[in-house]
Amino acid sequence: MTDGPLELIGALVVLAGAAFLFLGGLGLFRMPDIYNRIQAGTKATTLGTLLVMLGVGIIMPGWLPKLILVILFVLFTNPLSSQVLARAAHRAGIAPVLGTLADRLAEDKGDQS
Amino acid sequence: MSQASDSLKLFATLLVAWILLSGSIAFDVVAVGVAAALFITLISQNSLSAFSGLRALPQSFGASLGYVGFFLSELVRANLRMAKIVLDPALPIRPAIVRARTELTHPVARLLLANSITLTPGTLSVEIKDEWLYVHWVVAEGTDNETATREIVEGFERYLKVMYG
Repeated sequence: MTDGPLELIGALVVLAGAAFLFLGGLGLFRMPDIYNRIQAGTKATTLGTLLVMLGVGIIMPGWLPKLILVILFVLFTNPLSSQVLARAAHRAGIAPVLGTLADRLAEDKGDQS
Repeated sequence: MSQASDSLKLFATLLVAWILLSGSIAFDVVAVGVAAALFITLISQNSLSAFSGLRALPQSFGASLGYVGFFLSELVRANLRMAKIVLDPALPIRPAIVRARTELTHPVARLLLANSITLTPGTLSVEIKDEWLYVHWVVAEGTDNETATREIVEGFERYLKVMYG
């Protein structure tokens, strides 16, 4: 493997992806409640993962078809798990952090019971 | 959309995925792929696939491309916005769970809408009931239904309406 310009670009894209993954971790640590944590922690990782895959694809173009499949898989499954976690938390009665402006879902549940 | 053409599309998608993953078009490899794709197609006759209900019209093809482009640009923009919030020492969040109305009726279109909302950071689908989507919003621009619908749903809905009718 020689050091061409493609490899440098690929490495930079991987680095950018890693930066987003780091921000996801930092968000997980800083956010005040489960809903905001899901937002920061599981989804800053979407772009992070995409960029890492893309960067690897630039370095190794032969892997690109498989990497595209991995990306599609992440795009379809990642939001499902975040959504189910959030719904389970809400059904379990975990209240959003103090200072949350509105909780329409709790209001509507109150109407029905 | 008929059951038969849905099954055909599922079969074709699975086979293409198999060939991409195996990276080979040797006869025996493809034969195993055909058998596996056929088996999966047969046991999932009545389940939905990403293609059920997608209208095979020129404008829905264009809308699909537009949807992917809009989605990717939203993804990047929202990730940058989220990065800025996380790095800000004051952590400037204004969270709320808001109600947004969707006019989509097809289950696959609604799934794509909810998934797209969840994938763009800052908004997270929590629950869907009839026409109402309940969305957790990290920096809420308003808590009334109209603002939420306009800011969260309408961008994606414009394309999905053409794709799924």
